[in-house]
Amino acid sequence: MTELAAALHTADTLAPRNHIEVRGLDFHYHGHHALKNITLDIPARQVTAIIGPSGCGKSTLLRVFNRIYAMHPGLRASGQVLLDGENILDPRYSLNRLRSKVGMVFQKPVPFPMTIFENVAWAIRHHERLGRSDLERRVEEALRSAALWDEVKDKLKGSALGLSGGQQQRLCIARCIALRPEVLLLDEPTSALDPIATGRIEQLIEELKSEFTIVIVTHNMQQAARISDRTAFMYLGELIEVDATEKIFTAPARKQTEDYITGRYG
Amino acid sequence: MTSASSSTMVIATPAPATRRAERDARRDRWFARALKASALLVLAVLLGAALSTLWGGREVLFGEGLRFLASSEWNPVDDRYGALAPIFGTVLTSIIAIVLAVPVAFGIALFLTEIAPEWMRAWFSAAIELLAAIPSIIYGMWGLFVFVPFMAEQVQPALTAVLGELPLLGALFSGPPLGLGILTAGIVLAVMIVPFIAAVMREVFLAVPGRLKESARALGATTWEVVWHIVLPATRSAVIGGIFLGLGRALGETMAVTFVLGNAYDIQASLLMPGTSISSSIANEFNEAVGNHRSALLALGFLLFVVTFFVLLIARVMLRRLARREGTA
Repeated sequence: MTELAAALHTADTLAPRNHIEVRGLDFHYHGHHALKNITLDIPARQVTAIIGPSGCGKSTLLRVFNRIYAMHPGLRASGQVLLDGENILDPRYSLNRLRSKVGMVFQKPVPFPMTIFENVAWAIRHHERLGRSDLERRVEEALRSAALWDEVKDKLKGSALGLSGGQQQRLCIARCIALRPEVLLLDEPTSALDPIATGRIEQLIEELKSEFTIVIVTHNMQQAARISDRTAFMYLGELIEVDATEKIFTAPARKQTEDYITGRYG
Repeated sequence: MTSASSSTMVIATPAPATRRAERDARRDRWFARALKASALLVLAVLLGAALSTLWGGREVLFGEGLRFLASSEWNPVDDRYGALAPIFGTVLTSIIAIVLAVPVAFGIALFLTEIAPEWMRAWFSAAIELLAAIPSIIYGMWGLFVFVPFMAEQVQPALTAVLGELPLLGALFSGPPLGLGILTAGIVLAVMIVPFIAAVMREVFLAVPGRLKESARALGATTWEVVWHIVLPATRSAVIGGIFLGLGRALGETMAVTFVLGNAYDIQASLLMPGTSISSSIANEFNEAVGNHRSALLALGFLLFVVTFFVLLIARVMLRRLARREGTA
């Protein structure tokens, strides 16, 4: 059993399996065709960055991966998004299960109006029934993984609204990883933060990728180049090109990609 | 040095730009004064109304003293007046109204902000505003001609049959099914204040940032959990404010209550029995009141101020306590 697991793990590192496979995905809202026939593989335990100018559909694509769009009326996705081979767009795929597997961190930090401890504990309680001490251990573990524990361990009972922007964003990351998801979706997680807080989040992403499959949408091309293994470039709702990050930024195959990364538009 | 010389120059021949700046500053000062006057007007009206009812009711308020508050006797023939029954009726009908109206208003507001499809929201919101605009006399007529017979024939016999036999609780639902009474008035009031509370709650829920709800959803929360743990705590003070706005209206409501309350100066345990309220007593008797009777009615009016003031005070204290318990203050 352990041998098999070890063998699988080795296989993983040699040729990473695809954690998410997008097949012919179209997305419409209020008559607007926002994603056009997207096909994309997201390898496990790597950082995939999605870049492109405003309105290209990169956030929309991310928001399909945990079906968060479904809470708004009038939005419709068709095609397939396979998570470990199962189509999450199938209405029979339970939202609760999906969201325990796929966590999301938003552009602006969104701490809930409760204590720091409760912010994390609240998320865990949706999915598991734990005793007090187990719950405390899980909260600590999550805060440690999000590199926030040392800063908040003495004020867990204080309001989360009192934290700085960077701390709030790390709290949101802690809240996500407390559920032990497999995939982390980051929607421009540093766009509202100062350079120092941004640096800490980027460092954190680097640490987290050994455990999670990470998909990050970013406006900042340097950020994509710094932290991602693969980069996808989108333009006007279409996926133009996806490849190893180094290749995209040094020798892109498509003219549009080159124009964008050299700053000719965007 | 330069500034001194330039200012002398300005005084000598005011440049157009400087004149303009002065004119703007003058206008701003007048605008600020006008705003301040409007705000002060509110205070003046409030003080004036309170003081004039106090003055008008001084004979009874100071003549009878505490007995006016403690007695339920109301006898214009012997010139004896006690305010206990109207206060009791006012407070009880308003409590019934709030208890019934808040859950319904809450449901309406949540449906409109969280669940209803886009096209339905506009229609429903317009309907709520229309409902809030119906004059209270209409509710009173509907209450008397439609709702009172329904209460007498259907609801009250059923309540008495089911709950009347229980110990303690039974006393609340005993007596002949008159149709009129405290419970009926409370229900009509509830119908009246639902649109108010729902409209306020809807506005407040709409103001909750979408990203807060999205983050909660992204963690796997259900609609109920999002509402109960995220939306409500974030809007708590405004929601309570809306509830107390409705309560204030229920306390002061006159016509709808007068029609269905029964107008009897009694304090009875049963909610099915008639009672009276401060505003309906005034409305019923003001025409014929002279001397001490008139003074007693004005004193009742003053008491309504006092009751409302205490209700608002309680709301403040509750809010502060909640805030302290959650560590946000």
